[in-house]
Amino acid sequence: MAIKAAPRRGRASGLRRGEAAAGWLFTAPVIVILGVFLLIPVLMALWVSVSDWGGRGSPLSGSVSFVGADNFAAVLTDGGLATKDFGTSLRNNAWYVLLVVPLQTALALFLAILVNRAMLRGRGFFRTAYYFPSVTSTVAITVLWMFLFTSSGAVNDVLSWFGINGPNWFNDPRGILHLALGTVGVDAGPAALTQGGTLGVSWWEWLAGPSVAMSAYILMAIFTTSGTFMLIFLAGLQNLGADVDEAAMMDGANGWQRFWRITLPQLRPTLFTVLTLGLIGCWQVFDQIYTGTRGAPSKTTLTPAYLSYQTAFQNQEWGQGAAIAFILFVIIVIFTLLQRWVLRDRPVSKRRIRAYASSSSSSSKGASS
Amino acid sequence: MTRHTTRAVLGTGAVLLTSALVLTGCGSGFAGDDTKADGEGLTSSDDALTVLIGSSGDAETSAVQSAVDAWSAESGIKAKVQTATNLDQELSQGFAAGDPADLFYLSADQASGYAANGSLKAYGDELANKDDFYPSLVENFTVDGTFYCAPKDFSTLSLIINTQMWTDAGLTDADLPKTWDDLAAVAQKLTTADHVGLAFGAEYQRVGVFMAQAGGGLVDDGTVIADDAANVEALDYVKSHLVDGTFAYAKDVGAGWGGEALGKQSAAMVIEGNWITGALSNDYSSLQYTVAELPEGAAGKGTLQFTNCWGMAADSPNQQAALDLVEYLTSADSQLAFSKAFGPMPSIKSAAADWTSANPELEPFLAGAEYAQFPPNQAGTADVIADFNSQLESLKTSDPKTILDSVQSNLEAVVK
Repeated sequence: MAIKAAPRRGRASGLRRGEAAAGWLFTAPVIVILGVFLLIPVLMALWVSVSDWGGRGSPLSGSVSFVGADNFAAVLTDGGLATKDFGTSLRNNAWYVLLVVPLQTALALFLAILVNRAMLRGRGFFRTAYYFPSVTSTVAITVLWMFLFTSSGAVNDVLSWFGINGPNWFNDPRGILHLALGTVGVDAGPAALTQGGTLGVSWWEWLAGPSVAMSAYILMAIFTTSGTFMLIFLAGLQNLGADVDEAAMMDGANGWQRFWRITLPQLRPTLFTVLTLGLIGCWQVFDQIYTGTRGAPSKTTLTPAYLSYQTAFQNQEWGQGAAIAFILFVIIVIFTLLQRWVLRDRPVSKRRIRAYASSSSSSSKGASS
Repeated sequence: MTRHTTRAVLGTGAVLLTSALVLTGCGSGFAGDDTKADGEGLTSSDDALTVLIGSSGDAETSAVQSAVDAWSAESGIKAKVQTATNLDQELSQGFAAGDPADLFYLSADQASGYAANGSLKAYGDELANKDDFYPSLVENFTVDGTFYCAPKDFSTLSLIINTQMWTDAGLTDADLPKTWDDLAAVAQKLTTADHVGLAFGAEYQRVGVFMAQAGGGLVDDGTVIADDAANVEALDYVKSHLVDGTFAYAKDVGAGWGGEALGKQSAAMVIEGNWITGALSNDYSSLQYTVAELPEGAAGKGTLQFTNCWGMAADSPNQQAALDLVEYLTSADSQLAFSKAFGPMPSIKSAAADWTSANPELEPFLAGAEYAQFPPNQAGTADVIADFNSQLESLKTSDPKTILDSVQSNLEAVVK
């Protein structure tokens, strides 16, 4: 076995005798650290999510037994308070993701293009200024935000200059879509929406939109993260050669066309990174909620990550807490795959080919518009 | 190459699995030490004690510290006081790791959960001063007929009134509200453009007093009564005055809680507990206030009481000393010193007279002990009450009956 294995190893990896052992030796510290602090805890959490561990002693002791999918069922299908809380937290976080990810990406890209311009004066200053919120601790920014958005805070003061009576931001549980509907006289949903629903939350509630309190968090997330993503976009932009852009310019493409047809497609790998990081970060939002509202008002800022913590540590439902964490993990994986599929490299569509084919005839039109 | 990688992965997995087993083997080794049966006998050793408290501030920390130091000097056993920044979380971590503090603050709604997973030592029956505790407090920490831990002190809710605003509105002592109608009338008189008549937190832990006064509550003798007509009546009363603007939630007047609303003069009256006295003297020392009993509802007087106990860990190696320390900390002398330092009332009847003579103006708080209800203490109820609170936040625009029905079904799922 050893004789047979040796040449294969040599052939396959081109390593000399002893090098593999040295390799293992040198990587061993990292493997052990990752194993002890990452892999084993994850596996133990997986076990806790399918066990009845009550929070005392080791989860692997003999008194803890396997309960199958009970914890997952309590969260997903039982229809009790645990299900309703999970549904509410998903609803809140879905709106958060839906608003934060596109807005922060667009803003980051916009800022990156702005500070990438050669003619912008004081580029260094702007780059630092935009990046500053990203390096400040979330806790500090949350506290700042709580001050800014109190009922008598700076934001409402500014709004009052324009005659707007600002809401009691972090204490207002009303969904902004419901509020918008309220202004046109729709205060209660149709029976079709209020009767049916999933995860203990009616469709009407799913469609409430982020609450006013959650909107303040959404603004905060956009404010704090767009700096980081701006930096990533900036790196991407500076990697692009100027020649393609110049060629397009020679072909008569205007600035807008050059951005959509030349710059953005080339930025696709960067865009993928930013969207993935954004999605993951948004689904895992925890620190802000923990330091800020802890799910209040009326659970409209409850997120699955915070709910998982609360279920485990406060309510002592360790299995359910771990189950929520793994459901969240699956959600993040699904969204990442979905996004990868949407952003995949596609052959040029027939419509696009037609557009290129006829570009010579329409170039005069393009130039004039 | 592929087979090589597979083997490497398998090898790494095996190494990790072995180390996991070794690590957790150690863990269960710790837990396996204690072979003592629950309820019978206390462990005893020379080990120093750790006392974990969730402190309200420096006053409380130093009061507990000096009491524990005095006991240490007397008994010769070392004891260390630790303040938790997040008590629930630190307790949970301690129990899970098999290395909890020996004694700790424990709230009534957490007690049943920890009792169920075997983390708590039920030492109530071994206390020398067992019969001196108020019976309702003992009931608070009785799970399945077993008295688990000694109530460390307690508080009730009363009506706290800004004296200046009271006299400005032309009111006298004779106007102190006796009924709900009285309360509505004085709240009406006290409401101005700058402040509301009555403010309280948007939670069952405040609104619940009206439910008690109406003859309702959440759990009565193990039966869930959340959807009782009395509760509907209570919430209707609160809702109608939230709508007419004479009552308000503390948050709606820009305060974090009732004490702040009173201190910032955005409310003339608030419903709060004993702890408000410390907060007011710290932050708003110039404020003059009067404490009055809450008005009667259809079913008479009613308020809520809150208490913590001295929890003892089942894994503690020196429970004998811990029990001795609890007896010391719940003695009349210690509790009166605590009361002086940070406001709560002694949990033992024998200290009541001394407390009243030391705090005559706070007497309504102690009077409340006679008729106070306490929040349900069954495992899982904390979650239901948190949900109830989240619904109460929008009481102004929602239907009390619908809210109470949902509380009823949620509570029925956990109270068996």
